[in-house]
Formats: sequence, structure tokens, C-alpha cells
Amino acid sequence: MAQQLLDVKDLHTQFFTRDGVVHAVDGVTFHLEAGETLGLVGESGCGKSVTALSLMRLIPQPPGRITEGSIVFDGQDVLKMDDDEVRGIRGNNIAMIFQDPMTSLNPVLTISRQISEALELHLKMDKSEARKRTIELLDLVGIPSAKKRLDDYPHQFSGGMRQRVMIAMALSCNPKLILADEPTTALDVTIQAQILDLLKNLAREFRTAFILITHDLGVVAGMTQRIHVMYGGKIVEKADTAELFANPKMPYTWGLLRSIPRLDEHRKAKLVPIEGLPPDLIAPPPGCRFEPRCQYRRDVCKEKEPELKRIPNAKPDHEARCWGTQEGGWLVDTDWHREIGDTRVIEEIKKEVADLPAETKKDGEEPPLPPPSPVN
Amino acid sequence: MWKYVLRRLLYAIPTLLGISIIVFLVTRLAPGDPVRLYTFGALNVTEEDIQGLRAYYGLDQPLWIQYVSWITKVVRGDFGMSLQYHQPALGLLFERMGATLQLAFTALFLQLAIGIPLGVMAALRRGSWVDNVIRVFGVIGHAIPQFWLGLMAIILVSVTLRLLPSQGVLTVGKDIWDVPDRIRHIIMPSFVLALAGIANYSRYLRTETLDVISQDYVRTAHAKGLGERTVVYVHALRNALIPMVTALGGILAVLVSGALVVEQVFTWPGVGQFTYAAARSRDYPVIMAGVMVASTLLVLSYLIRDVAYAIVDPRIKVK
Repeated sequence: MAQQLLDVKDLHTQFFTRDGVVHAVDGVTFHLEAGETLGLVGESGCGKSVTALSLMRLIPQPPGRITEGSIVFDGQDVLKMDDDEVRGIRGNNIAMIFQDPMTSLNPVLTISRQISEALELHLKMDKSEARKRTIELLDLVGIPSAKKRLDDYPHQFSGGMRQRVMIAMALSCNPKLILADEPTTALDVTIQAQILDLLKNLAREFRTAFILITHDLGVVAGMTQRIHVMYGGKIVEKADTAELFANPKMPYTWGLLRSIPRLDEHRKAKLVPIEGLPPDLIAPPPGCRFEPRCQYRRDVCKEKEPELKRIPNAKPDHEARCWGTQEGGWLVDTDWHREIGDTRVIEEIKKEVADLPAETKKDGEEPPLPPPSPVN
Repeated sequence: MWKYVLRRLLYAIPTLLGISIIVFLVTRLAPGDPVRLYTFGALNVTEEDIQGLRAYYGLDQPLWIQYVSWITKVVRGDFGMSLQYHQPALGLLFERMGATLQLAFTALFLQLAIGIPLGVMAALRRGSWVDNVIRVFGVIGHAIPQFWLGLMAIILVSVTLRLLPSQGVLTVGKDIWDVPDRIRHIIMPSFVLALAGIANYSRYLRTETLDVISQDYVRTAHAKGLGERTVVYVHALRNALIPMVTALGGILAVLVSGALVVEQVFTWPGVGQFTYAAARSRDYPVIMAGVMVASTLLVLSYLIRDVAYAIVDPRIKVK
């Protein structure tokens, strides 16, 4: 086996809150080779961002803590490093691009200052070298007349341009791994495509491995070699990108795929939502975490949690966490396009969802929008 | 920018005029007559002499004529003669300005130099005993009246412990450039003057810092691999300090007026004490000069604040 760039084993990240311990990441295992690209997909609150932050040990502590597992990056366990060693990796070997470019840049420092900071720190460049390199980087990410914009402040850039600046910042020290956490979610659609293209091309050019975190399967489709689907703090399916789209083996992935609009679909066809809510990560269901929302469930799903393992009728590196699609399961030969599950179970789920008290219906991760402030 | 400053200065004129009218009326309408006050108990002073003196100072004129003649002189820079000292009122004030500014700036320095680090420390160790101590201090420091604190400090430090002098800027008979002696004199009054501000700033900065360190760009700074110190003092503190500019704006004036109490307690020969004495002895020209100087300082400090905003925060443009 080739030397792996990143090897994450049994990662547990928990948040200790007043209401209890939130098992945000609950035993995640995956690996990444140098130059490889991986998509981490799942809905809000499934633990994908926390996984990424854990890799750089950026979990706010307290209330968060990585309680178990190992993160071996380039032969060294990140979790066993002291603070100085971790800082030596951050921004240098592993860089991160955040979701919201509007708030991720410091409003009172110039763009050049924010980019050259890392250059001076990690590559020991002096001021003028760092400045020169910053201009190169801004050119690289497609900021027009970079030289003139160097001393501008973030508020003088548009959202898309700011995300380009973030990418320039991430690339600045030639990292081996870039973590892109929903890099296009805050941008409008045309800009999204531009940013994704830029990210893909630059990663290829510099042979940088990257992990693209998103809730949008459409975004990862053309971007990454492999995809891991996360649900309720766990990885529930791992496969090659092509394999995952052609031959998904987990009812949750089926649900995700069904909810993507398709051009070639009949015009009247309705998108099928996944009913219900993500699991409560303080007291997760004892069996399969997706069981309460699964249209194909059986009694075994409620009782025992399935392992993530190889699947019959699929490529050898395709793994899924599902009783139904595993060896001897009842979903091995199911055509997910046609059979949308047991109608009786679907009715049951709809009823359970309707019975949920209103307060538990709010989303786990995003807080509700504040009421609009009165206009004077 | 300069246009803005000029316009603000023009706006200051009606403000100052308004202040002058109000203060003029209030002081004149208050009971008490300087001539009677100064001649009280003096022998050989007849009622006729008193009327003569009142006419000499123009005090027998209707109020509005008194005001007009005062303001026309003020426009030319003449604030009149002190009734008590028979010297130009403005000159007397400026002589004492040095002592007040010395006290005010020392106190301002203490407020910033102590208040800001305390606030940051409390925020970074939120919920710890350090935080609790600083917060309790913040409330107490804000609530203690200066005159009481000043008296207690004198009793404890000067009378009981005999560590520091209790009054004046300099020991009588010492050379005026005797810096160590001056420092010994300024320690107590400046701390007493600064305490409320220290408490205030520490509370203010604690809240601001807590707000800022949870911002996305602070996470970005961490993700770059910057040290804790750089993250806090370069990335976070700069943002946390922006709202502090507001607080700084009024501070000069507050310190000058607040110096009144402290100057009184520590017999500090400054403007506050002088104006207060003038008010008690109905020395109208000095009162007016004192109030006008303080108001001008206040207006100017607000202007400085607004310009400082534009300098500190690149998102703000003055126009």
C-alpha cells in the first residue's frame, strides 16, 4: 500500500454541553493518499465540518474535545502533537477554506497582510518576498490587477473575489492537503462553478490533496475521486465517485440522490424528500442511525447497528453501513430508482414526523435566523 | 476628509454659542453678587461705592447687554479680567491647564494600560476565577465615588502609611523639574481619577473580545497556524478596540470635568479646582472662560473621535 497522506482512525469528537454530550463525530475512519481528492457529503449537522476542524485540531475547546482515535498525517499523529507542532502544520501542510468568505477574512487587515502573514510565518520569507509571492498568488486565483488590489481591505471585494483570496491564502504555503468546507455555499450559482473549477485546476496543478465538504452531491460529482457519505456523525457509505452515483448501496444515499433535480427526468416528476429529521446526537438511536427515516427498514435495523463493510454486487472498495444491502440482506438486488420502499413504512414515517413536537423540528447546526431588525 | 473636519468645526460654533448663553444665564441668575461678596465685612465701603463698582464691572446692565458685550470681546479672544485676581481670566486658566492635562493624560494612560489588558484577560479566561475577580472589580470600581475613594486613599496611604504626599503637584521648595517628586505626587490622584475608567474599559473590552474571538476570521487566523498571541493581539484585539473609540471620544472632557472632584480632594492646582473656586466666589469671567474651554475640548474630542473611527476601521469613510 502506498504511503498514505492522511489516515484517520476511529475519530470521536464530542461537545460537552449543558444538555448532554453531543457525539458530533462518532467513530469516523478514512484515509487519503497524496494528491487524492475526496468528497465528504451529508446534511447539516452530520459532523462533516467537525471532522474537518478536528483534522487541524481547530475544535473550540471547551466545549469540544477529540476524545478518541488517531489522525496520522504524513506519518505523524496530529492528536499527539504539542500546540507548537500543530501550529507548524496549520496553514503550512494542511490549509482550510471556510464556508463564508464574507466573515472569514479579517475586516481591518489588508488582503496582502492576511496572505503574507502565513508566508512569513511558515516559509520564513521577508516582507518584500512575501509581498511578491502574494501578488503571484492573487494572479493565480484570478484576481484582476492583483498588484493594485494588494492593499485593499476585504470589504472592497465581492463574495466570489473574497473566496478567491481565501483560496490564495490556502495555497500560499503549498500545503499537501486542503480542506474546503462548503466553499461555495455562500456564493451564487455562476460564481460557485468558477470557484469549483479554480479549486479543481489548482489542486491538480500543484498535486494537492483535498477534501471537499458539502451537502450538495451535485458539487462533488465532477470534483473528487472518491466520496464518503456521512450521517449522524458516522460515515455510512464509501465509494468511488462514479460507483457511488451508478450503484449507491445505502438508503440514505438513495434519498440524497432522489432529491437532486435532473434535467433528463420527466418534467412532472416530483423530487422526493427524505422525511424526518437528522438524529439527536446527544442520544442517538441504538440501531442504525438512519432507521427512523428509512423507508426500507426492518426490525433488525432498530436493534443493532450495522457495520461499515463490503457490499455484494459492487466494486471491492465500496462499503456501506446497512443491514439491507449487506451480504444476505433484503436490499441486495433492489433497484432504488423504481422501488421507493414499503408504502406502509412510508405512511408510518410521515405520521411520526407529523407527531414531532414543534420545538424539536429546528435544525441542529444552523441557528434560526434572527428576526429582521426594524428599519428606521 | 479635510472638508469634513472643516464642516464639523463650523457646526461647533452654534453649539458653543448655545452653551455660552445657557451658562451665562445660569451663573447670573444664581443668587449672589460678586461685589457684595468681595466687600463683605470691609469697613469704609458705602452703598454708593458698591453701586459704583457694579457699574464699573457692568453688572448693573440688563443681562442681554452684559451677554452681548461679553461675547463681542470673546470673539476677539478677550475673556475679561478675573474679578478676584485682576488678571486676564483665560491666562489664569491656561496657567492651570498644565496641571490638569498632566493629571488627565496620566489617568487616561492608566485606564488604557490597565483596563484593556484586564478586559482581554477576563475574556480569554472566561468563567475562571481571574474572570470573576476582574468582573467584580469592574462593578465595584465603577460604583465607588471619587471623593470618597480619594479621602480613603489619603487616610490610608498618606496619613497611616506615610507613603505618598496627599496634596499638590510638587513638594514646596523643590525644583520644578524634580520628576521623581512629581511622580510621587501624581500617583494617588491619577489612580483615583482613573479607577472608574479602568473598571469600565475592562468590562467593555471583555464583552467585545468575547464577541470577536468567536468570529470566523479568528478561526481563519488559527487555521493559518498563527500563535495564540498573534491571533489575540493582532487579529482579535484590533477589531475589539474599534468600539472603544467611542468611549475615547468623550473621555478627555470627562477627565477634565472629573478632575474637578479629584483636584479638590488632592488640592491639585488645576482648572477644575480653579473653576470651582471661581464659581463659589462668583468670579463670572473665570467661570465663563472655564466652561468655554471645557466645552471646546468636548466638541473637539468628539471630532477627533469621528476622525479616529475612519482611521481605525477601513470600512468607515467620513464625508
